[in-house]
Amino acid sequence: MTYKTFTVDVDNDGIALVTIDLPGKSMNVWNGDLIAEFETFVDDFTSNDEMKGAVITSGKDSGFLAGADLTMLGSGSAGGGEGSAFDQAFTLNRVLRKMETGGYTAKQIAKEGKAAKPVACALGGLALGGGLELALACHYRVCADNPKIQLGLPEVQVGLLPGAGGTQRLPRLIGLQNAAMIAMMGKPVNPATALAQGFVHDVVPADDVVTKAKDWVKANKTATAPWDKPGFKFPGGGGAMDPRAAQFFVGANAMAQKQTYHNYNAVQAIMSCLYEGSIVPFDTAIRIETKYFMKLMADPQSKNMIRTLFINKQAAEKGAARPEGVPKLEIKTVGVLGAGLMGSGITHVTAKGGMNVIVLDRSEEEAAKAVAYSQKIVDKGVQRGKMSQEKADAFMARITPTTDYNDLKDVDLIIEAVFENPDVKKDVIQKTEAVISKDVIFASNTSTLPISGLAKNSERPDQFIGLHFFSPVEKMPLIEIIPGEKTGDRALAAAFDYNAKIRKTPIVVKDVRGFFTNRVFPPYMNEAMLMVTEGVKPALIENAAKDLGMPIGPLALLDETTLKLGYDVLQSTKQELGDAYVDNGTEDFMDLMVNKLGRSGRRFGKGFYDYDDKGERQLLWKGMADHYPLSNDQPSVEEVKERLLYIQLIATAQCYDEQVVSDPQSADLGAIFGWGFAPYTGGPMSYIDTIGMDNFVRNTDSLAQRYGKRFTPPGSFRKMADNGETLYKAA
Amino acid sequence: MTEAFIYDAIRTPRGKGRTDGALHEITPVQLATQVLATIRDRNNIDGKEIEDVAFGCVSPVGEQGAVITRTAVVNADYPDTTAGIQVNRFCGSGLEASNIAAAKIMSGEADLVIGGGVESMSRVPMGSDGGAWPTDPETAFKSYFVPQGISADLIATKYGFSRDDVDAYAVESQKRAKTAWDEGRFKKSIIPVRDVIGEVVLDHDELMRPQTDMQSLGALSPAFQGMGEMMPGFDSLALQRYPELEKINHVHHAGNSSGIVDGAAAVLIGNTEAGKRIDMKPRARFRSMASIGSEPTIMLTGPEFAAEKALKRAGMTKSDIDIWELNEAFAAVVLRFMQALDIDHGDINVNGGAIAMGHPLGATGAMILGTVLDEMERADKETALITLCIGAGMGTATIIERV
Repeated sequence: MTYKTFTVDVDNDGIALVTIDLPGKSMNVWNGDLIAEFETFVDDFTSNDEMKGAVITSGKDSGFLAGADLTMLGSGSAGGGEGSAFDQAFTLNRVLRKMETGGYTAKQIAKEGKAAKPVACALGGLALGGGLELALACHYRVCADNPKIQLGLPEVQVGLLPGAGGTQRLPRLIGLQNAAMIAMMGKPVNPATALAQGFVHDVVPADDVVTKAKDWVKANKTATAPWDKPGFKFPGGGGAMDPRAAQFFVGANAMAQKQTYHNYNAVQAIMSCLYEGSIVPFDTAIRIETKYFMKLMADPQSKNMIRTLFINKQAAEKGAARPEGVPKLEIKTVGVLGAGLMGSGITHVTAKGGMNVIVLDRSEEEAAKAVAYSQKIVDKGVQRGKMSQEKADAFMARITPTTDYNDLKDVDLIIEAVFENPDVKKDVIQKTEAVISKDVIFASNTSTLPISGLAKNSERPDQFIGLHFFSPVEKMPLIEIIPGEKTGDRALAAAFDYNAKIRKTPIVVKDVRGFFTNRVFPPYMNEAMLMVTEGVKPALIENAAKDLGMPIGPLALLDETTLKLGYDVLQSTKQELGDAYVDNGTEDFMDLMVNKLGRSGRRFGKGFYDYDDKGERQLLWKGMADHYPLSNDQPSVEEVKERLLYIQLIATAQCYDEQVVSDPQSADLGAIFGWGFAPYTGGPMSYIDTIGMDNFVRNTDSLAQRYGKRFTPPGSFRKMADNGETLYKAA
Repeated sequence: MTEAFIYDAIRTPRGKGRTDGALHEITPVQLATQVLATIRDRNNIDGKEIEDVAFGCVSPVGEQGAVITRTAVVNADYPDTTAGIQVNRFCGSGLEASNIAAAKIMSGEADLVIGGGVESMSRVPMGSDGGAWPTDPETAFKSYFVPQGISADLIATKYGFSRDDVDAYAVESQKRAKTAWDEGRFKKSIIPVRDVIGEVVLDHDELMRPQTDMQSLGALSPAFQGMGEMMPGFDSLALQRYPELEKINHVHHAGNSSGIVDGAAAVLIGNTEAGKRIDMKPRARFRSMASIGSEPTIMLTGPEFAAEKALKRAGMTKSDIDIWELNEAFAAVVLRFMQALDIDHGDINVNGGAIAMGHPLGATGAMILGTVLDEMERADKETALITLCIGAGMGTATIIERV
């Protein structure tokens, strides 16, 4: 029999080598074709006497199999079988179980001594999600000894669970605790750990994986999964009656709630699969797993997470918004102007992306700061065994500090990150353009100055573009790409080509004050401050934000970014807008905190919180109540959450309305990766679509009535509600 | 409706709930057997008058399983006709079992019933029965499960009780328990526990530490800080439920929480006719009974609501109650109850409580019912309200009145 998605070669010993190799794909994934063909193969394998056993491997260098095709899941066409929705969702579980049991029932295996033909898995590369689940359904697993190979169940990261037996086979092999770490946290392990934990049987050089797997199949006439053998016991205890398992569940339930604030439905579902599945026989357990999987699939949460965190993120990173037809820019060397905090961070990620960096500053001392910045990070990597000394040395060799503009003459790209002062910027733009080649793109990293204005200093404004990095650059995943009025396609394409090397999530935003993320972030912070002035308990504000899924409370965040920065931005905005400036209600409060009390943020030793000598956050400053007495009538946490959520939704909606971001995808990515908007929602635009546009408009109108017109939705959104439109049209 | 009266109430002394505790060698069924035999024999009742026995037991597995009450009834040589039921309402079990006994009288189902409870915590450790609540993710998530110690610390935080407040309460409990023992206030109801050769193995509450003072308690570390703040981090769940709080103040430890002990208790309850038949005088009547549910994460604030309900059902107000008895599960539980109902410390737990003498889970409710009855007679008081805080957010209360 021949298949499209894999080849089957039966050797003289009757061992079938199944090599999965999806045509036209760089990586193997479970899609409809593979599932259907694999089912046919399993049926043939179990009934065809010419095959005595099988080895399953991959024909891709990229790895074994990377899980399910999430675009397939998104379209709701998972599973290939006929029958009820359950039967369809159960397809892969059923097929893998048949391979594992040889088609015999658990009773036939236990009572009548029936057994399956042996199947081994030869893992030459990564096995994630459904890929690892396929491996786990084999009777024996050999893995290549490359420590970079990832073996894991990352489904939780897109709001799903491993739905092909992963929540059942893994705990039965390595115990509940280890399995929970892999399935609940979505953290993969390397082959050595997998071997030590016991879900890989052998780790051998990559060239030997198939041979070793065949050796095992040859040595075993039949095979039975451990859980089908009489007297099987969970390693480390399982089930509701085992005190060790009970203790594990009590602790894991609490940790899961602590980390998710009840926001991530997949985490609880995975815990339930582990709990309920550990009480019942295997065949019942995988049915339960499929039912929880179906529950998650029907939940808009997984749809939103898959769309934003997987599909749209990948598309953005692959350069979906890059202009077509512009040849790819080969970037070998980047000139970074300025070795301050941002310049140093940009230098670091650029070197990390394999490019050479010439980092320029006014003095040798200043320029050396960028070198020291990277050295510190690289040394830590070496210390922790994450980087060899050799690689560390090569990394540092790519960074050259200088004070001489002439050193920039051969660079392929300029990224400017000097002080946010128009005159300083003007000076470096002109000095740089005097030495670089005429076709080199000039990117400016600014968070406050409009790109079109800066481009006026350039002789080649079509080659001038904004690249907004976030601090700390090496940790923050987002980058805003800002074309100015005259920016040409070549500059825009270059920004994407550069980003492809440093691998951040890019969004293209309009050249307006604050761009996108800094348009939304201040209103959110203001709302928190307004509540403080209204006498809402600061702890309630902080806890409500965390409850909402924000990674940190807004007051703690204000302390981090410093109130001083907010105050300075406010002053410059005031100055710039003059009479057109409209009070936002936090002016007196900021003045009190920054000027009168000196509580300007963590860097200043005090802010909303008190800090110890080491700068560690202590408790909220009790003295706030002396200035803004606590209200006797505290709002409910739901009300506080609603205000904190909607102020972000409205500000994002306004940006979309004004085309600051031109599509909902960019808005959602920017929100989650820019300022930490609750990832489980899929982003503000996904959230609005999920609750429905008419509900959004109704809720904002109600908020506007209660708290002021800052909550009024943009007219275009009201119109969309009237027309029954959604933001993600095809959704 | 028929009235239910208490004719007698007895208890074993409480032994330390550890392998070196005096009652560790005594089986739980034997503890139950001895109180059942004694309450029958010391009142010269023919066992066949006793129609049913309801005993609380919170970990009804292993040697406390299989309806330990019926097992003990048979073992105590009651006639075959006496039935037995085991009741579990966590810490309120002993009182709930007595209330069930009273309800059987009031409803006309029976004339003479024994309520009570038994728990050998040294032999069947707390939590031996497992349970879905904290382990099944569905219920653990839904209820924001935290252990009781976290709930007690949450009460202290929310209602403003400092470490000094709870320690001072504990010192007073020890002092009162000592006075009560010194003056023989429990004498009438304590029945020494005997071993297989008939020797007394324990005749007093073994756990008491009358020398306890603020300084000795001050040396103890908070018991629930680690599980609250570090692994697995239960405080976060408490704060998710009570987001107006910034941080849990961990004030409870072994010295200001109820002790783990072994023990059993029995209360003889019947109607007027039964009293005449067995020739006994009623000592008190049940005025009202109530059980309620309350928010499960803070868990231990139920007594306030159970007491209010019991008062309402009795047509009484709190000024009608002469003595209050609230199980000392944790010091903050009692302090919150006093705060909520504005009760003077002098009127509650007058002879100490579980912080000094221990809390044999299934038996405690029946023990403190008897303790209060003795105190009413000693101090010539008319009315008392007995209540306990209960796991998963419940409260049970009973109001009794001397006849």
